[in-house]
This record gives sequence, structure tokens and C-alpha cells, in this order.
Amino acid sequence: MNRHSASDRSPRAASGRKLSGRLPSGGLIDRGRPLQFRFDGQVGTAFPGDTLASALLANGIRLVGRSFKYHRPRGILTAGSEEPNALVELREGARREPNTRATIVEMFDGLVARSQNRFPSLAFDLMAASALAAPLLSAGFYYKTFMFPVAFWEKLYEPLIRRAAGLGRAAADADPDRYDKVSLFCDILVVGAGPAGLAAALTAARSGARVILCDEDFRPGGRLLSDRVELDDHPAMTWVDQALREFESCDKATLLLRTCVNSAYDGGVYAALQRVADHLPVPGTNQPRQRLVRITATCCVLASGAVERPVILEGNDRPGVMLAGAVRSYLNRFAVAPGREAVVFGNTDSALATADDLARAGIRVHAIIDSRHEESLQIRALGERLGIPYSAGARVTRTHGTTSLTGVTIADRAGETRRIRCDLLALSGGWSPALGLATHQNGRPVWDETLCAFIPGDLPPGMFVAGSVTGLSGTGAALASGHAVGAAAVATCGLTPATLDMPVTQDLPDRPGALWHTLEDLEAPSGAAFVDFQNDVMAKDIRGATREGYVSVEHLKRYTTLGMATDQGKTSNVNGLALLAAMTGRSIAETGTTTTRPPVQPIAIGALAGPHRGRHFRPERLTPTHDWARAHGAHFTTAGLWMRAQWFARPSDPTWQETVNREVMTVRRAVGFCDVTTLGKIDIQGPDATRFLERIYCNNFARLAVGRVRYGLMLREDGFAFDDGTTARLGETHYLMTTTTANAAKIMEHLEYCRQWLFPEDDVQMISVTDEWAQIALAGPKSREVLAAIVDPGFDVGNAALPFMATVETTVCGSIPARLFRISFSGELAYEIAVPARHGAVLADALMRAGAPFSIAPYGTEALGVLRIEKGHPAGSELNGQTTAHDLGFGKLLSRKKDYIGARMAQRPALTDPGRQTLVGLMPLAPDAVLGAGAHLLPDHAAATAANDQGWVSSSAWSPTCGSWIGLGFLADGAHRHREIVAVHDPVRGNIVRARVCPPVFVDPDGGRLHA
Amino acid sequence: MRLPCSCCGPRDSGEFVYRGDATLRRPPPDAPETHWADYVYLRDNPAGPHRELWYHQPCRSWLVITRDTRSHAILAAEAAEAVARAVQAGPEAR
Repeated sequence: MNRHSASDRSPRAASGRKLSGRLPSGGLIDRGRPLQFRFDGQVGTAFPGDTLASALLANGIRLVGRSFKYHRPRGILTAGSEEPNALVELREGARREPNTRATIVEMFDGLVARSQNRFPSLAFDLMAASALAAPLLSAGFYYKTFMFPVAFWEKLYEPLIRRAAGLGRAAADADPDRYDKVSLFCDILVVGAGPAGLAAALTAARSGARVILCDEDFRPGGRLLSDRVELDDHPAMTWVDQALREFESCDKATLLLRTCVNSAYDGGVYAALQRVADHLPVPGTNQPRQRLVRITATCCVLASGAVERPVILEGNDRPGVMLAGAVRSYLNRFAVAPGREAVVFGNTDSALATADDLARAGIRVHAIIDSRHEESLQIRALGERLGIPYSAGARVTRTHGTTSLTGVTIADRAGETRRIRCDLLALSGGWSPALGLATHQNGRPVWDETLCAFIPGDLPPGMFVAGSVTGLSGTGAALASGHAVGAAAVATCGLTPATLDMPVTQDLPDRPGALWHTLEDLEAPSGAAFVDFQNDVMAKDIRGATREGYVSVEHLKRYTTLGMATDQGKTSNVNGLALLAAMTGRSIAETGTTTTRPPVQPIAIGALAGPHRGRHFRPERLTPTHDWARAHGAHFTTAGLWMRAQWFARPSDPTWQETVNREVMTVRRAVGFCDVTTLGKIDIQGPDATRFLERIYCNNFARLAVGRVRYGLMLREDGFAFDDGTTARLGETHYLMTTTTANAAKIMEHLEYCRQWLFPEDDVQMISVTDEWAQIALAGPKSREVLAAIVDPGFDVGNAALPFMATVETTVCGSIPARLFRISFSGELAYEIAVPARHGAVLADALMRAGAPFSIAPYGTEALGVLRIEKGHPAGSELNGQTTAHDLGFGKLLSRKKDYIGARMAQRPALTDPGRQTLVGLMPLAPDAVLGAGAHLLPDHAAATAANDQGWVSSSAWSPTCGSWIGLGFLADGAHRHREIVAVHDPVRGNIVRARVCPPVFVDPDGGRLHA
Repeated sequence: MRLPCSCCGPRDSGEFVYRGDATLRRPPPDAPETHWADYVYLRDNPAGPHRELWYHQPCRSWLVITRDTRSHAILAAEAAEAVARAVQAGPEAR
């Protein structure tokens, strides 16, 4: 077969025949270990060191995907993470990952990938017919087409567009992999292990700094991996390997490969994504797939390099059009021929010299096309040596072919056009510094007319830039810049910079000439000349936007979607700006650029979540009786971070409701107990403790006697209720405060705020003892008898010695120190017993034994809730931040004799207005009619409108004590409306229940049981 | 972002709780209601250095941190208790 028979008339030649593209020698691949992979079901061969992209090219596959909107055939444009075209679905099943860039997928044996966005097949795509309807899908089509009739949008247009447009499919199953997070600290973070980054990192490491060197590639070296560069007359990789060996021998130096630094935050904090196991078929045992690395660094050397730009010309998206730098990568790093007959088109000597690399690989180069008017002596000499025609001041105006490139049209200096046969166009419009990280804190890039590039402007504190990210070109310049900047960073960290022997390079001066497009008519750009390959934005879309007045870069971006999607316009943004500038008659500097934001590269949501998934989403706090409760049949529920027993099911209970009814009635008739450890417990001590509490609580604490307990209500400074609980006076200057479970941490913060900031004159200290004490509520008419059985001999728990709202210290269960509090949440005779946390289960066992004669039972949070609703105690639903002491029926608690938090604002008329919605009880006329929490209260028979809304149900439960549903709620002027019938309207559950308003205490309103 | 705790040194911002303006002073109980309304509800939103209260949860220290709201540069960090005592002892003492 004639290798050069690919003719202009057989466009399928390259994709159809599957010629091997692997060069016979060279490349940074391990030819001794062939690997197999599958792409769209076809089996291919690759080697370690390949990417999926290089393996596809090596196997003669050039058509790898279809474009986002128009389903145009697309190939591989780049050899790096900026790739806009070659997006594939990688892996299968639950590990299937869409929109994966083939150019960064490291090859492994058994890799499976699938092309995206094609139907029914990649080579024959029915949707490509929609190219005929392309005018309808032009920029801004959302706003202009498919508008009428309105009903058609949802049913017809949108599903059609969604079918046609789009990228890959996400996996339907849960992600089976693990993700990790880690924090690292260093003096100097170096981003990029190209020549500049390596020189900076080595300088810093030699100087004794703690250095972290990150590179997104799996092999360090940057452009040195791909360009034929000699350092000290040896291949550059020799120097790279030597530098790395020395770097890694420094004990404070860390090299992180496959790690992209994605964001730069305030205070020298950086986020990086380490792809720990993406190069393996599946992660190893206990190995995370990816790791989110938070790096805190004194200095950062940004040596992230530059990204090559394509040129806007008709058909520039055809498979076979490839950036010149990528062509060199495939030839030199991967030993793959990306084509057989090439044309080279560019605006720098370094890009045009790609012809040399191609010729060395045995690829015929038909022409070197230089957009610069001034001829390059160096390239002229190269052309003469290789026998390749060289034209300066010329340009490629369009490409030919269908699913693959078959030729290009060239216009010479005089405008004469001719067509050249080729299946590869090595294209370069120059390089754009990869400066994303430099702009994450509002730094604006600056346009440099000489370099034809945006370069970093104001840098964040601690950041330095080195190498081609500053617009420099050439290996020698990069090395020198890396060393100088590395030394500056070292000095900033207070260390003495070490020297570095600079290798000798043969860089020649190279000056780019501006090259953005080769369009004939900017007023009416015709044909498919793409600016943004990934979003299918063409030159005529930019023209359309400017014509409609979208001349600001930010508006252009939103209107055309230029620079959006997974690649964030890394190859397209600057071209788009240049075109916008040309079309609006402004300079690029005047046009400006859009803002880049983190992340630099896409991140899987799983990596951001890290290990915080499912049960590990947040920590779990277990009560001291957790294991005991589980052994006794507890069903658990969460309360903040706590796991609490919700109820204790017995085999004889048919439903959970029967369980709860039984637990409630056990407390009402005999005795039950419940772990209440989760309530916040704060130990407060100091000579000014009493004065401090007086300032915290709205009610009086000055006259609380030692050994007594009092209910306390705290307000916020705006006068609304904040939290409540009981506080015991354990000694003259010693108190124990309890808070609600939900607010425990918040109250601690509030108390510290008051102590440190508002009232520093108060000599008082406080500490949380929530975890130190196991606390169990023992409630029911028989509770005293049970308590008497567990306290050690010699302690009197009789009514006189331990009356209601009293506290004593004792020992229980044979010398376990304990505090007894005679307080009640249930409304029954009740005690809370606190013992050191480790004795919680012992106490529970002791209560079970001592209570056996009374059929004692443990109860959970559900019964606890029913008991407190029956007794009318407010809880979280009532203390919701919108209610006042007056609303809760606690208006009389507000002290008028002292200043306390919220005192002044609580006096505002609006907060004590009698018309406010205040706490009431509710009983349905039909006992089994469900009162739904959250339901609205309306006047009886009134229409269910907002105007008639007079309140709401805050808590409700089936009360086995009352034999009826009961509720607590807030009703306008509620205190004066007892016995009135209201409508309880529950639009969520769709019902209306008639209920009678009553006082919010359903059990023992006189409180006789509390004092029994 | 990292904040310097006067007790623990520089720590990650995730450990802190933001409270707000540290130049506000709690009015005396008999101050006019408008003073109280200003204290409770009105906040300046300066562009530039701002003295503000932060709470370091692990060590329970309240801090007065001077932060440039335009750049997030941390200009100073003081223990709130020391600041509060100095204010009380100063000419504006209640």
C-alpha cells in the first residue's frame, strides 16, 4: 500500500483504514508492556506512558467525538488538560465518568471508553443533520427561536434540544469510590514541574525550605517532555531526571504528581486535586480515588506554563487539525504520528519548526505557512534543508474533508489561493499564559502587545510567577526565571537562597506576530469558523452578538456561551476577545478579559465531599447509654449530632405508636426513665457568677438559694426568646446551667461573648460539662420509690429533704457520685440523676432493677415529646426565634428591676401587643382527627385565605392520657379565646379539622403532681 | 483564609464564627430606643479596614480582628476581652 495515497477525494481514508500511527522508536513509553483498551467496542493496543488520546492516535482513530450543539465530527486538538474536543465517557457502570478529556487519561490495561453525543454511531450521526438547522441554534437562540406557541417549549422544543445538545451521561449508580481530604503546610508551593517550576523547586529545596511541587501530569517536565530541547548537550529529560532526583532527596521536599492546583484563596491557602488512583483500573484496597489537598503556603511560585491557541479559520474544528505543540507532544513524547501528510501554519519560529519534528518522524510536510510578513531566516533555512516550501505572509483560509481532514486552502501574500492535500494541519496562533490561579483574588491580567498575550497583573500576597506564564518563551529563559523567582521566594521565607548551575541552552529569539483569524470578511464571517470548539461558538456568533450590542466581554460570554463548559475556554477565550476587539474597532487591552474563578480544572463533586458522605456526613455523638439502649430494643433518631433513643419497641407492640403510648402511660401511671444527657450542661463559677446570670436570664436569679433549681429564659438582644433551661445553684458561687440540646454550642458561644466582650468586669468562668455527666430523667408517681432504692444508705430523698426544684449531691449504686435534681419535664413527680458519664449504663441497669416491681420502662424522645406537649412545655418548635416571652405565656418572668440581654428591646410595644399570636392548646372536636404541625389556624368556617390566617400549630401528638389528638399552637390574642372553636387548615396534608382552643396545659394544670 | 487567634496562633477560617462590627458598644439600659435600634439592627458596610468580632470555637476566644474587606488582608488581631477592658478603662468608660 502506498503510504501517501490519501487523496483529496477519499475523505474517510484516515479514519476508515485504521493505520497504525505508532512510530518505530522513541517516546517516553514502555514498549515492553503492551496494554489493551477498548474505545466504542474496538480493541486497541497501547503502552504505559500513553494517554487515551495518544493511544487512539496510535491506533489510527482520529474521530473521537461529536460536538455539543451541531454534532460536528471532532478529533484531538491538544495534548493536555485544555482539550475542548476529545471528551469521552470513561469506564463503565457506577464508575462511568462523562466528559473525561482523553488527553489526560493515563492508559491502563483494560481501559474502556465510549464516545459521546452521537447517534446512532460516531461515524454516522443523524443529529449532524441538525447542522442544517444550525441557523436556529445560533448564539442567543434561547431568546429568539422556539418562542411560539408557548406550550410547545416544554413539550417539544426543550426535549428536542436536550436530546440534540449535551455532553456525556453521568453514571446512574452511587459512586463506589472513596475520596479523601488532607491538609499540607509548606514554605513554598511550586505549581508546575516544567523547566521554570523545576528550577524554582530545586532552588527552594536546596535552600532548606519546605517545598511542595505539584504537576497535573503523571510525568514531570512540562514542555521538556514534548519538545526536542538539549540542555548541556544532552536531551532535556536527562536534566529533568537529575533535578528530580536531587529534589526528592531533600527531606523537606514533596512532589505531588497528577495533582492540579485548582484555586488560590486568601491567606496563602490553595486547593489541589490529587488523582491518586485514576490511572488504575480500580483503586487499591483502602486507597482513595482522589484526594482534595488543602495547602497552606507562605509563598507560591506559579509556573503553570501556557496554553497554545488555535486560529479562527473555516473548518478549523475538523479531525486532523491539531495544535502544533500537541503535534510535537504526540511525536516526541508518545512516539505517535498524528497524520501522514502535514501542513504547518503558525506565527512563531517554534511552532513552524514543528515541520522538523514531523520530518524526523517520516511524515511528509507539504508546506510551512508563516502568517508573519517578515520572513524568518531560521525557518527559511529549515525549509531549504528539508525541502519543504516555506511561505511567509501567507495563511490557511479553510480546511476540507468530512469526518477527517483531506486538505487545506492557502492564500499567499498576494491573496492567490491554492489547495494542498494533507491529513494533518499543525496549527498555532501563539500561546496564552495559564494564569488562572493569579486571578482568583481579583487580580486582573494585563495585555502585552509585544507578546500578544495577557500576562499576570497584580498578584495575590505571597505569589510569584515564573516561566512562560509570564509570557516568556524558550527553555533557557524559563530556567533562569524559575531560579530567580525561586530565590526570591526563599528570601521571603527568611532563608538564604542557594545557587543553581544553569544548564546551557540553544534558545533562539522568537517573536510572535498577532494571528487570530484568517477570515476574509469580519462584517459577515461565513462558514464554520470556530472560536470555542467545546460550546460550538463560531465567528459569526461573535458578529451576531456585537451587532445586537453585546460588546462587553462579560455580555459576550453570557450571550454566546463563549468560554463556558468544562474547558472554560482555555483555548478559545483570547481568540474570542481578539475577534470582539477587531469587530468593535477597539484594542484587546480596551476590550479586557473575563474573570476566571476556581477551579482551574473540573472537580468531581465526590472529591469536594471527600469522606463526608452518608453516615460520615457529620460526626455522630452517642449518649452514655447508647449501647445499653440498643440492647434494650431502642430505635434511634438524630437530634443535631446526637443519636437518641426514639422509642424502645417490645415484641408485643404492634406499631411504634403503641410503643409510644405504652411508654407515656407507664410514666403517667407508674415510672419510666429517659436519657437526657444531650441537654447542654454548663458549669459556671466565680465571685460574680450570680451577677452574670442576672444579666443572661430575663428572670430573677439573685434570690435563688443554694441547693435550689430555677427555670430560666434567655432572650436575644432584640428581645425575642433565645433558649431556656434550668439552672441549679450548687454553691454560693457555683451554678450548673442546662440548655436545650439544639442550642448547647450556641449558648456556650453566647455566654463567652457576654463574659469576654460585654461584661469583662464580671469575675466568672464557665465550661461545658455536657459530655462529663450522664443524666437520666426518672419520672412518674413511683419515681421516688425507685430513687430511694438506688441512692446509697444515709441519703434522704423524701419530699422534705428533696422538695420540688431542689438539688442535692449524693452517691448512688454503691458510691457512684451523683447529683439529684427534682425537676420535671413530663409534669409528673420526677428527678434527674446525673452520674459521671462512664456510669450511665450502670445507672440505667440499676433503675431497671429497682423499678421492676412497678414495671418500669425506658422511654425515648417520642414519648418525651408527648409528655411535654401534654404538660404544655415549650420546646424547639415554640422557641423558634420568632416568639417572645409574652407569646410563650412567660410575660410575667421579665424582670423590671435589672438590666439583662434583651431587656430594652423586649419592652417594645410590638413585642407585647396583646393581639400577637400567643401560645394556646388545641383539641380536635373529633378526638382521632389528626392535628398537623405547621397547619394554619383560621376562624371557624372562614375561607382558607391568607387574610383569615390567625396562627399555626407548632407541636402536635396523639395523647394517650387525653385519648385524643392534642396540639400546641400560636393564635392571635390566644389567651382570651379559650373554648372558642377554630379551623385547623392543613394545606399540605389537604384537610381542615375543627378544634377547640384551650389552655396549653392538658395534664395536671394545678401542678399538684410535681409537688407530690 | 486563615485568622490569627491570640491564643492558638494562625488557624483555618473554618474554625471561626463571624459576629460583626466590633466598634458597636452596648448602650446603657436607659438609652433612647433609637440608640438601641441602631445597636441591634444597623450595621455599616465599610470598604476597607474593619474591626470585627470573631469567635474561635476550639479555644472559645472572642477576638477583635481588623480585616480589610476589599482584600481580606488581616491587619491586626486582639483578644476581645483585653479590648473590652481597655474601652471600659478609657475615657469612654461607662
